This record gives sequence, structure tokens and C-alpha cells, in this order.
Amino acid sequence: MPLSTQSQADEAQYVLVASLDNARNISNILKAITFKDHAIFNATPNGLKVTVEDSKCLQANAFIQADIFQEFTIKEDSVGFQVNLTVLLDCLTIFGGSTVPGVSTALRMCYMGYGHPLTLFLEEGGVVTVCKINTQEPEEPIDFDFCSSNVTNKVILQSESLKEAFSELDMTSEVLQVTMSPSQPYFRLSTFGNSGNAHYDYPKDSDMMELFQCTKTQTNRYKMSLLKPSTKALALSCKVSVRTDSRGFLSLQYLVRNDDGQICFVEYYCCPDEEVGED
Amino acid sequence: MDCVVTGGNVKVLAKAIHSLSRIGDELYLEPQEDGLTLRSVNSSRSAYACFLFAPLFFSRYAIPNGHGFRCKMAIKSVQAVFRSLASLEKTVEKCHIELDGDKNRLTFTLHCKHGLLKTHNLSFQDSESLQAVFDKDSSTNVLKAQPRVLADTVLNFPPSLEEVTVTVSDERVWFRNHVDQEAELSKAMLTELCLSSDEFDHFAVRAQTSVTFCLKELRGLLVFAESTGLPISMYFDEPGSPVVLSVTDSVLDGNFVLATLSDEPCVRQKNPQRAGTSPPPSDDFMNDELESCLIAMDNSMAPGPSVTEAVSAAPPRHAVSPPAKADPRRTTNSEPEEESGEEEEEEDPGRPPNKKFRSLFFGSVYPTGSPLSNRTMASQKVLASDSEDDT
Repeated sequence: MPLSTQSQADEAQYVLVASLDNARNISNILKAITFKDHAIFNATPNGLKVTVEDSKCLQANAFIQADIFQEFTIKEDSVGFQVNLTVLLDCLTIFGGSTVPGVSTALRMCYMGYGHPLTLFLEEGGVVTVCKINTQEPEEPIDFDFCSSNVTNKVILQSESLKEAFSELDMTSEVLQVTMSPSQPYFRLSTFGNSGNAHYDYPKDSDMMELFQCTKTQTNRYKMSLLKPSTKALALSCKVSVRTDSRGFLSLQYLVRNDDGQICFVEYYCCPDEEVGED
Repeated sequence: MDCVVTGGNVKVLAKAIHSLSRIGDELYLEPQEDGLTLRSVNSSRSAYACFLFAPLFFSRYAIPNGHGFRCKMAIKSVQAVFRSLASLEKTVEKCHIELDGDKNRLTFTLHCKHGLLKTHNLSFQDSESLQAVFDKDSSTNVLKAQPRVLADTVLNFPPSLEEVTVTVSDERVWFRNHVDQEAELSKAMLTELCLSSDEFDHFAVRAQTSVTFCLKELRGLLVFAESTGLPISMYFDEPGSPVVLSVTDSVLDGNFVLATLSDEPCVRQKNPQRAGTSPPPSDDFMNDELESCLIAMDNSMAPGPSVTEAVSAAPPRHAVSPPAKADPRRTTNSEPEEESGEEEEEEDPGRPPNKKFRSLFFGSVYPTGSPLSNRTMASQKVLASDSEDDT
């Protein structure tokens, strides 16, 4: 196995080693949060958390549990680094990212610690590529302080129904308005575009609605440009949980099933736009 | 206005709007006693399309009393309501179209599967009535074919092809790509298809002729006809007079009126003799090319700013010059130059070149000039005029 040809000495120095038979399992999920170049990686014995942020208003996290990997060895409680996500994705798909069944890129991802590059060994059809990506000083991700005790409204929908709405959203609208309410309209997405406004209403007893827990009527607006990247995650997901807290912060949690049927999570946090005026 | 469309008819309505979007940028909507009309006209007024959905098409059809309401709106915004055509049939159960007179909003509500409700409140403008006057029943030639026949025919032409020439004889029809006279012949490729009269459901050719018209609109109608399975009838006379493509069934009626290229100078003199519907000769400014096909309008509704946009049958020349000058239909290519007839080139080299058949359809887009020069043209059928225009 070409991936195991490195010397034992090298192996011992790595603080983090993660191997994966199918690199698509990680590249797909990373694509769901690719809207800025810089990604903060934080590995713990539980797995890998990758964070991307925009404008201090939007944060996306991808959680890849340790058991997704065939091997996940970490020598410290927490290992953090920052890399260029676009470059990383280019490396992960260096063999073309073929979707042909039976053809997959095997990955071994190693990190020696602070100041060292992230080293990727990629193998497909007996060809091995070694990529070294320089790491950067990890930034501290913003704490959105979104805790479940402050959640006022929560719905869980099958992604299918939201995909349709998001694919049709009027992109001339600057904001997406989310209304959640224990009474009508229950769960409503609204846009205000050049040609008028549009509302998408999901009744609470819809087949698509898996959970409906709304305690208080809340209407918040979120910048369309900020929410747009989340459609990538939506496209991959099978279920989505939409939550808002008392401050109007939005949390979108996507349940993503990978090629092997394993489950990962992608999470988006978004700050609300300015207060809704009388409307 | 309060209409409800259900089941498969939602898709029919959506397809109609999509095919209208191939014509122009605006959708003219007019609820009438005999049904809901949706119309569109292109910016150079050389193509016009109209769908009439009879009250029976709807499961509920109620229109405002009193004065006729009509409006226009960006066709894109209406298209957005029916964006996912593919899933429409499966997901949408009911479409409710309602006019909110107070808020000046036209509301489309789609009742979808799983209780999902999509509401689109679209703003609109008051509009003049848009109506092309044409008489397809008096056409010399009528062909009727299944959409498949025409779609398979059109498929043979490259997507970039703009005009197609249809030639009919007693037994056959030829479809040929139109090659500009001024196009470089060494590069030109000619594709010709010949269909026997057997291929058509109805084949009535009283005069062998050849007409050239835009393919884009035909393609648009074909999309509609194919999805509804309705045969397309084609009514036409001679080069220069419009071709009418129509689809009909018991609850809907669609007509696409397209200008045809008049490439023979003699056509101009032939025209007035023919149609009884042509404008009286005294209307100098309405030269014979307008003839049986022009858009009449009714300003009574909105005498405001919309009037300037109207396709008027009797406007002063200067009032309608902007559309002609702009000829915005083909701004991206150099075609008008290539194609404008030779006589016309000589006639006024200083003027923006105008493809002849673009101007044929409605008087408003005829290359502007002084009424005098047009009168000269019409009466003497001499196309080359002196240089008065150039000054």
C-alpha cells in the first residue's frame, strides 16, 4: 500500500493523522461550506470541525466525526490550524474527483504541528500524489453564543421541500425574511424583489415538517447574499433544522449523508439584518 | 379578477407564459368576458403573440365588472412564479390568480403538495390594449401539422439560425435556412428539408409562394404545442405579409403573428390590391406594408405615459420614431446591416439600417422619415428617394 511507505520516524512526529478510503466523503462536505478561502480546522478526539466565516455575520461549521475516518489519531486534546480551503479542495480532487462507482481517491491527511504544512497523501489507481499545504495562524472563530436554551422557534424539515423554495427564491431581493410562528403562517420564507414579493408558507402539519416547535411569533430578515452559500449544504442534505433564538439569530443545521451512508452535520449561523420596520 | 387553474392546466398556463417570453419582455394581461388573454409583442413590433384562455379553462373565472381592466408586467416576474416547469406538474395542485385592486398587486398563489403555499404578489402597470389585427381565415395558404413534425424539422437547423424560409407548392413544403443576400456565400451553408403534403393534417395551398420569418418565435410556440400536443396551423399569403401560427383547442386559442421578409420589390405594389382589410389608401403614412396586420389600440383606458408606448395605428411619424431608431431586437449582431434590402440602402444610407421585415409588420417601426418621403414611396413604388432625408 503506497500510503504506508513513509518511514516510521515521520509517522511518529505527526500530531494528527486521519485516513479515509474515499476522499469524496470529506471533499463533498467541505464544498458545502466553501464561500471564503480561509477555513479554521479544529481537531479533537471526537473528530474534525471546519469553520468558515464571512463578514462577522455568517459562520459555517462542518463536523466530521472521528468514526467517518478509517484512521483518526490525535496526540493532543485539540489541534488547530488554518488553511486555504480552495487549495485544499483542489488537492482533494486532484485526480478529478471522479464519481464513477468503484473508483475513489484514498486520503491520508497528516499534520506535524504548529508551523508545519498540512500534508495530504492521495492515491488513486496506484498513483500517489503528495500535497503540502502551508498552514496559517488559526484565528479564533466567532462565538455566536447560540445555545439551545435560548431557542424560541425550531422546525425540522425534509430538505426536499426547502430545496425547491431556495431554487426559486427571487435573488433580486436583498433579504430573505423568515417568519416562524405558533399560529399562521407557521413557517414562512419571504422575498421582496424588483417585481413584487413572494412568500413560501409551510403549514405545521405538512408531511415535510418533521418537527414544529414554535413558541413565539418571530420575523427576522437575513441578507440573501449571506444565506446563499448555505444552499450548497442544503443541496447535499436530507434534513434541515431551522432555529431562531431570542435575539433573532438563525441557525440552520443540515444532516448530510455521505456516499457510505454515514451522517455528518453542517451548520450555518447567521445574524439578522436590521430590525424589521412596520410592514 | 379571481381565477383558479387546477391540475394539468397549470402547466399549460406556465408553458404559454414561457413561450410568450420568447416574444417580448412584457406580458399584457387582460381578463375579458370570453376569457383571459395573455399577450406579448417584441420590441420592434415584428412579432406578436396572444393566448386566450376560455372561462372553461379555469375552475373558477370571475372578472371585474364595469370598465375593462388590463395591465402589463415584466414577463420575467411572471415566469418566476412558474420557474420550475419540470416539477410543476408533480407539485402544483392549484393556481389561484387574484387581483388586489387596492394594493395594485396581482397575486399568484400556488397550492403545492405537502401543503406548501407559494404566494407571489406582482406589481403591474396599467396598459393600453394590445391587439394585432389579422385575418387568418382569408389566408391563401394554410398548413396544419402535429408539433412533432415541425419540431423535428426545426431541429435540423442550428440554434443560431434566425430566419427560416418556407416555400410551398401544391404537394410539398420546403423549409430552408435563410441566407442573407449580403452574407459571404463561401461561408454560407444551406439546409433544406422537404416535407410532403402527407405529413400535414391539413394542406391547402392556393398560391405557390415563399415566406421568410423568424425561427425564434416558432420555436417558442413549438415548446407550447409539444407539451400540450396541439397541432400548429400556419396561415400565410405572400412575402411581406405576416404569417400566423396558431394552436387551438376547446378552451384555449394561441396565435403568433410574425412579420415576413419582403425581399422582392414588386411585393409592395401587389399588396394593396389584395387585402380588403388593408388601410384606406388615403392613409399616406400607413404605407401598404402595414396592410392587414397592424396593432390597433385603445387609449381610452390609460391616456397617461403608456400612450407613448402604444403601438398606434395612426400616430404621427415622429411620435413612433424611437422604436425604429433603436431597433433593439438585434443589438448584438450586425444583422440588420447585412440584411437590409439594397433599395433601402440606396434610399437612405444615413439612416440606421433596418431589416426590412422587421418594419413590415407595424407601421410604427418603419424606418422613420418625413411623411412626404413615405408618400412618395408608397405612391410611386420607387424605393430610392432623394437625399432629403440625409440632411
